[in-house]
Amino acid sequence: MSRSAKDHKGRPVVVVTGIGIVTSVGEGKEDNWENLTAGVSGVRKISRFPTDGLRTQIAGTIDWKGDSRYCAPIHSISLAKKSAAEAIEQSGIGSRGSFPGPLFVANSPAETNWDQRMVVYNEEAGAGSTGYERLLKNVRAGNFDRYYSLFQFASIAEHLADEFGTRGQPISLTTACASGATSVQLGVEAIRRGDTDAALCIGTDGGICEEMVVRFNLLSALSTQNDDPQGASKPFSKARDGFVMAEGSATLVLESYEGAKARGAKILGVVRGAGERADTFHRTRSTPDGSAVIETITRSMADAGMSPAEIDCINAHGTSTPENDKMEFLALSAALGDELENTPISSNKSMIGHTLSAAGTIEAAISLLTIQNGVIPPTINCNEQDPNILMDVVPNEKRIKSVNSVMSNSFGFGGQNVCLIFSAEPS
Amino acid sequence: MSIEKTEVWVTGIGLVSSLGEGLDTHWEQMTTGKVPVPPVDMEDQAPYPVHTIVDIDVGAQIPKRSDQRQMGPWQHLGVYTAGLALDDAGISHNPELLAATNMIIAAGGGERDLDVDTTIMEKIHGADNPGPLLNEALNSELRPTLFLAQLSNLMAGNISIVHGVTDSSRTFMGEEAAGVSAVETAVAQIQHGQGEIFLVGGAYIAERADMSMLMEFGHTLWQGEPGSVWSREDTDGGMVMGSAGAFLILESRQHAEARGAKPYARINKVVSDRCNRQAGAARQVADSLFEQVSDQVPKGPLPVLSGCCGVQPQLNEEHDFLKGLSDHGIDPAIRGVSTLFGNTLEAQLPLSVILASLAISKGSFFDPFDESGAEKVFSGQPESVLISNWGHWRGESLALVEKPDAPLRGDE
Repeated sequence: MSRSAKDHKGRPVVVVTGIGIVTSVGEGKEDNWENLTAGVSGVRKISRFPTDGLRTQIAGTIDWKGDSRYCAPIHSISLAKKSAAEAIEQSGIGSRGSFPGPLFVANSPAETNWDQRMVVYNEEAGAGSTGYERLLKNVRAGNFDRYYSLFQFASIAEHLADEFGTRGQPISLTTACASGATSVQLGVEAIRRGDTDAALCIGTDGGICEEMVVRFNLLSALSTQNDDPQGASKPFSKARDGFVMAEGSATLVLESYEGAKARGAKILGVVRGAGERADTFHRTRSTPDGSAVIETITRSMADAGMSPAEIDCINAHGTSTPENDKMEFLALSAALGDELENTPISSNKSMIGHTLSAAGTIEAAISLLTIQNGVIPPTINCNEQDPNILMDVVPNEKRIKSVNSVMSNSFGFGGQNVCLIFSAEPS
Repeated sequence: MSIEKTEVWVTGIGLVSSLGEGLDTHWEQMTTGKVPVPPVDMEDQAPYPVHTIVDIDVGAQIPKRSDQRQMGPWQHLGVYTAGLALDDAGISHNPELLAATNMIIAAGGGERDLDVDTTIMEKIHGADNPGPLLNEALNSELRPTLFLAQLSNLMAGNISIVHGVTDSSRTFMGEEAAGVSAVETAVAQIQHGQGEIFLVGGAYIAERADMSMLMEFGHTLWQGEPGSVWSREDTDGGMVMGSAGAFLILESRQHAEARGAKPYARINKVVSDRCNRQAGAARQVADSLFEQVSDQVPKGPLPVLSGCCGVQPQLNEEHDFLKGLSDHGIDPAIRGVSTLFGNTLEAQLPLSVILASLAISKGSFFDPFDESGAEKVFSGQPESVLISNWGHWRGESLALVEKPDAPLRGDE
C-alpha cells in the first residue's frame, strides 16, 4: 500500500472522482463553470405559480421545458438524477444502474404540497365533510398509490436508489442549510471506516412553492428586492437584505484513494477534512460570540491536519442575510487569524441563490472546480462592500489564482454547522 | 483482520409510549403473566385505531416556556424523551460530556397545523383562480413558530438548545428505515472510533390526520379492532399507527467504564438493506441479512422482537422469515412489538432496541403479546435478542442486542 493511501491520522484518504451539477445558472459542470466565472446570475421572477401578495417574488427556480404540473419530490428527484448521472459518468465507476457503494441524499422533506392536497380535496367522495375528514374520505375511496410512494419522507432517496442501484439502505438526511455538506461528511466517514470503497453523495432541492416562500418570508429571511432579481443576492455587501431561494442539485462520487487508483480513475480532488459543532443559542441564530462556528472551522482544519496558512481560498456560506455574513466574517477572523487577510472568499450564492438542502454539495462541487481550474468565481452584486466585513470577497470579477485547497462553509437553522476542506491530489 | 472492534453499550434509555413513561411501567405491563391489553383509541382517527401517547410533563424536561412555545407536540415528545435518556445515562448538566455527545435523530417531516390547513382548504376550494387566494391565505394563517415546528432537523436543534448536546448533529429522515440507519450509523461510528458517545432515537405521534392521510395514500391502514398483528395474516393486512419517544445513549465500553456508567446491554450488530418490494424480495433481503449476523446468534430458544407492522404481503413474508429461523437451529420466541405499541415509524427500531435492552438487563423476556400461540413463552435468561424491523414501504433490517458480558462469538 502506498503511503499516500492513508492520511495524517492513518485513515484511508478519500478522493472525488465524479462531479455533477445542476443549478439556476446552468446544467452540467461546463455550463455552470462558464456562467459562474462570467458572473451570471440565475435568479429570476418566479413564474411557476402566481406571486400576487407575496413579499418575495423572485427565486433561482429551475423549470424544465415541457414540465407538467409541479410536484416537489418529483422535481428534486429529477434534479438529482441529472447531477448524479453526470458525476457517475465522469467517474466511470460501476456499471449502468449499479453503483458499488451507499447513497447519502441531502434533501428537504418530501411533503404533500398544496397542489396535491387540493387534488385530493377536490374529489367528491368526501363532499359534505371538511378539512382532513374530507381528505381522508377521498383518499379511502380513490387510488393514490403514486402519492404514497412520492410523499414518504424518505421517498427521494428511495427513488434515487432504484435509479442508480446503490448498495444498502440509502440515507435521507437533513441538517437544514448544512445538509449538502453533511451528505459529503457521511460518505467520508463510511469510507474512512472501511465500510465501502465508494459512496454517492447527493444534495438536491427542488422545493420552491408558495408555502416555502411564505414560511421564509415570515422569518424575514428572504430578499424582497423583486425589481432587480439578478441583483438581489448580494452577500457581504452593505445593502444585503436576505437570501434568495433557489433550486439545484450536485453529486460527488467519493472513493478511497486506493480504490480509485486501483481502477485507474482520474482523481479530481481530495476531501481533506470535515468539522462540525452544533450550536445551542437559538433556532435561527448563532451564538453571538461565534464560538460554535469558530470551532466548526478549527475542527475541520484539525481533521484535515492543515493550518490556516494552507487554506488558499474559502467558498463562503455567504447567504446575503445581514446576520449570516457578519457571523461568517467574525468566525473566520477568529479561526484563521491574520491569514484571513490573504485568503480570498467568494459566495456562489450571489449568482445561484441559496439552494438550501443542496447548497453544501453544490458548493463542494464548485470548490473542486476552483482547484481544478485555478480560477475563483466572483461574489457578484458587490457594489458597496459592508465596511464591517473586512475580507477579500473577490468582488464582481473572477480571479485567476493557483488554488491548492478550498474551505467550504455551511451553516443551517437549528444550530447546524459543517465545514469541509478539499485539496488537489498531491503530486 | 484480527483487530477487535470497540464494543457498543447501551448506557441510557428514555422511553415514553402509549403504555406510559419509563422502563418500570413498561416492564410491569409486559410481564403480568397474561397477554397484555394494548391501549388503543378507536375514536381519535376513526375509522383507524391508534395508540395515543400518554400525557407528559413537558416542563420537567423543557423548563423554559419560551422554548416550549417554539415546538409542537412531536418536538416536545422528542426533546422530552431525549432528556430522559441523558438523565438516565448521567450526562445531563455535564457540559464536558454533552459537548462530546454526538446526535443522530430519526425524524419525519415535522408537524403541520391542521386547523390552518383546514381553513386554507375551505378558502380555496372551488375557486376559479385559486393561486392568489392561496397566497393570501398562507400570508394570513401561517406563523413563524409553525414553520420551525415543521422543520425535521429542529428536533435535533431543540435538543441542542434545551439539553446542550453539541458535538455532531445529524437528522435522518423518513420512516422506519431512518430509525434503523440512525442506530446502525451510531454503532458503526463507535465501533470505528468516530465518536465515543451518541444520543440516538426518534419520536412519532399517531394522532395526526396528515400522517393518517400519508399512510392511507397506499391504503395501508387497518380499520376496526386491531387484534394481534399476527391475527391479520389471513387478511389483506393493514397497520395501526403508534406513538412513542424512544431514545438511547450508546457508548463505547471504554468510555462508559472510565466514567463508571453501567450498561443495560451491548449492541452487537445492526444490518439493513432494501428492495423494491416485489413479491418475495423482502424475504430474500432478510435471508441475506441473517447470513451477516448468523455467526453471532446463539442456537436454541431465542427471544425475537419483530417490528412487523401488518401491511401485506410483508406481514406474511416477515413472519415466514422469522418462523424459518428454525432451519438454522434457532427456536424463536417472537413478540410482535406493533401489537402492543402500534407502528411508531422512525421510533420503531430504537423502541425495539430499548425493549431488548430492558429484557436483557432484567434477565427475563416478555410474556407473549398474542393468544394464538404464534408467540412462544421464553422462560430462560436472554443472552441475546434478535430484532427484525421492516418498513411499511421500504427497508429491511436486523439488529442483535446481547448481554454486555456475553462472549463474542467467532467474529471475522
